Amino acid sequence: MRMKFEGTVFVAPDNVDTDVIIPAKYLNRSDPEYLGAHCMEPLDEHFSSRIAKGDVIVAGRNFGCGSSREHAPVAIKAAGISCVVAESFARIFYRNAINIGLPLVELPGAAKAFAAGDRILVDLDAGAVRNLTRREEHRIQPYPAFLQSIIAAGGLVPFIRARRPAA
Amino acid sequence: MNRAVRPQTITEKIIARHAGERCVEPGQFVMAKVDLALSNDVTSPLAIKQLENICAPGAPQVWNRSRIAIVLDHFTPNKDIASAEQNRYTRRFAREQKIRHFFDGCRVGIEHALLPEQGLVGPGDVVIGADSHTCTYGALGAFSTGVGSTDLAAVWATGTVWLKVPAAIKFVYHGRRRPNVYGKDLILETIRRIGVDGANYRTIELTGDAIKGLSMAGRFAMANMAIECGAKNGIIAPDAVTAAYLRTTGARRPAAVLSLRSDPDARYEAVHDVDVSAIRPQVALPHLPENSVAVRDLKRRITIDQAVIGSCTNGWYEDLVIAARVLKGRKVHPYVRALVFPATPAIYRRALKDGVVATLLDAGCIISPPTCGPCLGGHMGILAEGERAIATTNRNFVGRMGHTKSEVYLSNPAVAAYSAVRGYIAEPPA
Repeated sequence: MRMKFEGTVFVAPDNVDTDVIIPAKYLNRSDPEYLGAHCMEPLDEHFSSRIAKGDVIVAGRNFGCGSSREHAPVAIKAAGISCVVAESFARIFYRNAINIGLPLVELPGAAKAFAAGDRILVDLDAGAVRNLTRREEHRIQPYPAFLQSIIAAGGLVPFIRARRPAA
Repeated sequence: MNRAVRPQTITEKIIARHAGERCVEPGQFVMAKVDLALSNDVTSPLAIKQLENICAPGAPQVWNRSRIAIVLDHFTPNKDIASAEQNRYTRRFAREQKIRHFFDGCRVGIEHALLPEQGLVGPGDVVIGADSHTCTYGALGAFSTGVGSTDLAAVWATGTVWLKVPAAIKFVYHGRRRPNVYGKDLILETIRRIGVDGANYRTIELTGDAIKGLSMAGRFAMANMAIECGAKNGIIAPDAVTAAYLRTTGARRPAAVLSLRSDPDARYEAVHDVDVSAIRPQVALPHLPENSVAVRDLKRRITIDQAVIGSCTNGWYEDLVIAARVLKGRKVHPYVRALVFPATPAIYRRALKDGVVATLLDAGCIISPPTCGPCLGGHMGILAEGERAIATTNRNFVGRMGHTKSEVYLSNPAVAAYSAVRGYIAEPPA
């Protein structure tokens, strides 16, 4: 997984649920392009066209609450988002994102530290998130060691593959 | 610290056993053996693709075909061509892999009611499901939690799952329930107190005399909504009610697991006391399950266009009986569509035999085959712009049941049934 991301901030509120990230009416398909095109539709109809590749979602508390649909992080990734920064994440969403290689950053106070349109730099190796517009830097906690090994492997699938005896 | 003597919660005990440890503690990462892996028609296709990525393209291989359950319950009967294709893809996989617990056609029930009824889950089990309401089986004293498709594919491949041992929050429910108050009201009140992320990453342990006095349907409804306050799992220690239920399902478990419980001095992050006698029939206002208020405290009359009685929360036989009792001799308001979804074919059959279905039909309800359909705005009861529904389901997010400008109000089956009669949200007479 790449460890450094620069882009424009898309601001999202508290408790963005998976029905908002990708409404269930689109779950009759699972191809990433289709899901990405409908990402965040209930919040912003033009989200997918508004997003430039590499942009970052900055959200409040409990981002990704609700269903276990992996279509949610898949849609976000396919829409071109490089990373999600939030005050906190719902647990299933957190696992799903790590597993498929969508980086997430927990940052207390994230919602106040960024406004829509700010430029952001997330540097996971340096343990920092920068608001390039406001010239502010925020320190972030490293992932637990176990998750780091999944991230370093490039997601859960390569992680499992590397540990399986050769067939 | 001597790990072997540390007092454990019931959840820690189950995880430790499945991880080959004598003892685990919150925050610890473990690989745990899985007793049953569940998925549905929405989550299986992505999992199948990831299993191929783990094994080899075109050659997926599951670890144990007898410990996998696949239920095509979300968009079935096939709602459109895309879901038909998706279901065909999962059907082919299930047949090729000879998945033992594959539920399709007339065997489809809503997964979280179906699996317990089929005797596939029991106390002390670790159940991992690619569906967030997998936490329902905590009502039987299992550790069960929802994951996504990639996690599920990893379980299919290896029979194990990575878990971070959750810290626990304990709720002690005591006192007598008032009339028309059920497990649903207790869990809505619980979520109201701690909020939709109040138990994020944690266990909620549901204990106390008022839990002992709850039927299995009431307990399932409570554990089902553990995810709605962010919990990894909700759990109720098995007791005589659990044992009696297990005898009806044929789930055989060693006697030792039937006495599984938390050690008296197990550690909790917080303990909440809930006086059940103070709880009135609840309704959770849009657009979060934490927005719960007593129906009688509603400030204005909230008219409804639809009432949905069913789902993995409240589609049990007892729920249909509760609705029928309210609807007997009454008629659904002409402006309301009242949809009833028995959760499984066996529940449907029993309700048919006992006259419950006839009562519901006489009152003007529409009876649907078991499906998750309307709960997630999939099919079979979608709301138009500006429409309102009262539902015994578990989520009232923006657009959950249809248009993003529609509204869902969550309640128990008695309130939903009586509201269907009145045409607005109302508490049934005691």
